Amino acid sequence: MNTGVQSPKGIWWKPAHKTERLWVIVAFVWCMVLFAMMPLWHVRGGQNPSGIRSRVEPEAFRARTEEFIRTYQVGTEQGIPVVEPPPGSDIYLSASMFSWRPVLRLQKDVQYTLHISSLDVNHGFSLYPLNINFQIVPGYDYGLRVTPSEAGDFRIICNEFCGIGHHLMLGKVVVVDGPTTALNTEAVAEEGVQ
Amino acid sequence: MNSSFRVCPTTGLKVHAQADALIKANAVVGTVTLLVGGIAAILVLLTRWQAVHLLSATWFYRVLTIHGMNMLIFFILFFEMAILYFASAVLLNSRVPAPRLAWFSFGLMVLGTVLVEWMMIAGKADVLFTSYVPLRADPLFYLGVILFAVGALLVVGIFFATLVVAKREKTYEGSMPLITFGATTAAIIAVITLGHGAAAYIPTFFWSMGWMNMDPQIYRLVWWGLGHSSQQINVAAMVSVWYLLGALTVGSVVINEKISRTAFVLYVLFISMASAHHLLVDPGMGPAWKVWNTSYAMYLAVLASMIHGFTVPAGIELGQRVRGLTKGLFEWLRKAPWGDPGFSALVFSVVVFGFVGGITGVTFGTEQINIIAHNTLRIPGHFHATVVSGTALAFMGLTYYVIPLVFRKEVAFWPLAKIQPYLFAIGMFIFSICMTFAGTFGVPRRHWDISFAQAPFDIQFSPAVDLLIGIMAIGGLLAALGGGIFILVTVWSVFFGKKLEAGSTRGLPPGILKPPSALPAGDADGGALLASRGTMVLVFVFLAAFVVYYFVNWKLLSFLWKIG
Repeated sequence: MNTGVQSPKGIWWKPAHKTERLWVIVAFVWCMVLFAMMPLWHVRGGQNPSGIRSRVEPEAFRARTEEFIRTYQVGTEQGIPVVEPPPGSDIYLSASMFSWRPVLRLQKDVQYTLHISSLDVNHGFSLYPLNINFQIVPGYDYGLRVTPSEAGDFRIICNEFCGIGHHLMLGKVVVVDGPTTALNTEAVAEEGVQ
Repeated sequence: MNSSFRVCPTTGLKVHAQADALIKANAVVGTVTLLVGGIAAILVLLTRWQAVHLLSATWFYRVLTIHGMNMLIFFILFFEMAILYFASAVLLNSRVPAPRLAWFSFGLMVLGTVLVEWMMIAGKADVLFTSYVPLRADPLFYLGVILFAVGALLVVGIFFATLVVAKREKTYEGSMPLITFGATTAAIIAVITLGHGAAAYIPTFFWSMGWMNMDPQIYRLVWWGLGHSSQQINVAAMVSVWYLLGALTVGSVVINEKISRTAFVLYVLFISMASAHHLLVDPGMGPAWKVWNTSYAMYLAVLASMIHGFTVPAGIELGQRVRGLTKGLFEWLRKAPWGDPGFSALVFSVVVFGFVGGITGVTFGTEQINIIAHNTLRIPGHFHATVVSGTALAFMGLTYYVIPLVFRKEVAFWPLAKIQPYLFAIGMFIFSICMTFAGTFGVPRRHWDISFAQAPFDIQFSPAVDLLIGIMAIGGLLAALGGGIFILVTVWSVFFGKKLEAGSTRGLPPGILKPPSALPAGDADGGALLASRGTMVLVFVFLAAFVVYYFVNWKLLSFLWKIG
């Protein structure tokens, strides 16, 4: 019997005691459960970070976002365009020091493909208060198929340090229940006046 | 040649004068960087505590950079260099080969440290610890990191050379001790890590000079090969220190060399895949890559930690039981030397690392669960439990034995030293738990102002967040007090402390002075002593906590919007 500071004498490759062996087996089984859960969630679960991933030049992404804004803009809030895209469409959100563009108005229970990318440095997409987080890397378009399941006002916090104004970088997403476009546009126009 | 050795009166080990001096030098510089990082920690804490909100935004991010670099790179690696010299030259009774190269490497590391500190304080590297490209720092910042890494890599080379020299000069018999074996795995992981460091920082240095382009995603991939793997050096080194502290404090026994060593080998094989933990919600990689890598190839490195989580306490239990503490399940634990800061630090290190750091780490490192953890306060909550309550606390506990054994000084302010691990561990425990829970509300990490006072939209976190952050601050200050006491005790002992008198046993390792006896006759394999009954209860409590936390997080995830 020796401590860890002494050289073990003779042959030490011996079978483990049965309690130790039991723990190794239990731990191994648990590790397999941990591993199996991830592929299983891809098949059965509703939340996966897979997305549609591709490279995109920041300038090209800026152009796509601006085109998207021009097509579907319904108002302005805090100087940021408010956009109401048709259900099921591809929507674009660009992050740059230190703002999110545009403000999105989405419908509940409709699937959108949300494309996020950065025009400068790394940013972090964090949807408050749901706590949904994704990394935004310049040069990469992360296309996430999202289905908002509740109506309400949401915020986008930048949670990757992006420079001295990092804490000012706050965006907005509004989810409305059903296609009440006219009313919404009115509301947006009012907000825009404020 | 023999004149450059001394014989340790306690352990009987032959200690090379160069090894002594190198261990001292690395420990001293490590403590200085700990002090710098600690002051930065208090400033960061008092800013994130919104009620105080001490620093300006500029200085907050700057001081946060200083905190990260000093704690995660400088303090930890200088200490690990000391451990490498100890585990090779000292434990194997060997000389340090190429002492001049050893001092040159130490000089490189110090030079690199000074360069980086200078750049950070001068405000030329406000890029945080991760320095994600294309955030840009002064080229000298990257150069400093490169010099430091090259120095560290040379020390690792000297460690391997020492193993060869010791074997060839037959300074020990049989296999190398388990602790040296563990340190060897730490050294191998260090080579992998520092290789990634070179692959990340050398191109970044060229990029900062305007000589080449960098892909931000590839930078993240390679950088985390350094950033996470360096924490895996910590894990391997910390587990080695667990075995060492067990041996020193209570003479704990290696239950089965095969199992413990195989577990260390699993670290080497799989642990450097952990770069993936940081890229789970990144756009650059696909699901198969993420699942395979984040799980260290089916969680075999987690298995290794779960094995050590059994064998370390089981070794303590058996060490105590063969000394007569055999009553019931837990007499060995109740009658343990709780007043020995080496022992209390060991126990808290194992418990907080496992229960808080380990469980949260595996859970957040799950591909999908990372969606509700990435870049929130849950992440620093996790790694303060691993690196601070785990690694740093284990290193602190070891220092209480380094002072008498290596510096040959009495530990000063003994009553303070006795309570230091309690203050530090309880403080850090409160701190990391509160931080983790605050993170579940989506509170971002690395953020100057979560009241968003000047932002275009309003946001109001739940009042629970204010409460959690307030308690977190109190825990952090308690830990800072513990850290301050640690620095006071060590600096005072080393520079102004009383020389250890010959024949005095104060502060010397009781586990070594009173070696474990052989098992009583008739208690061979299958006997009551070896059954580790107390430890069995503890590890199943751990497993239950793990299972509950893990599945609660899947449940939380399932409430979200559909994302795919």
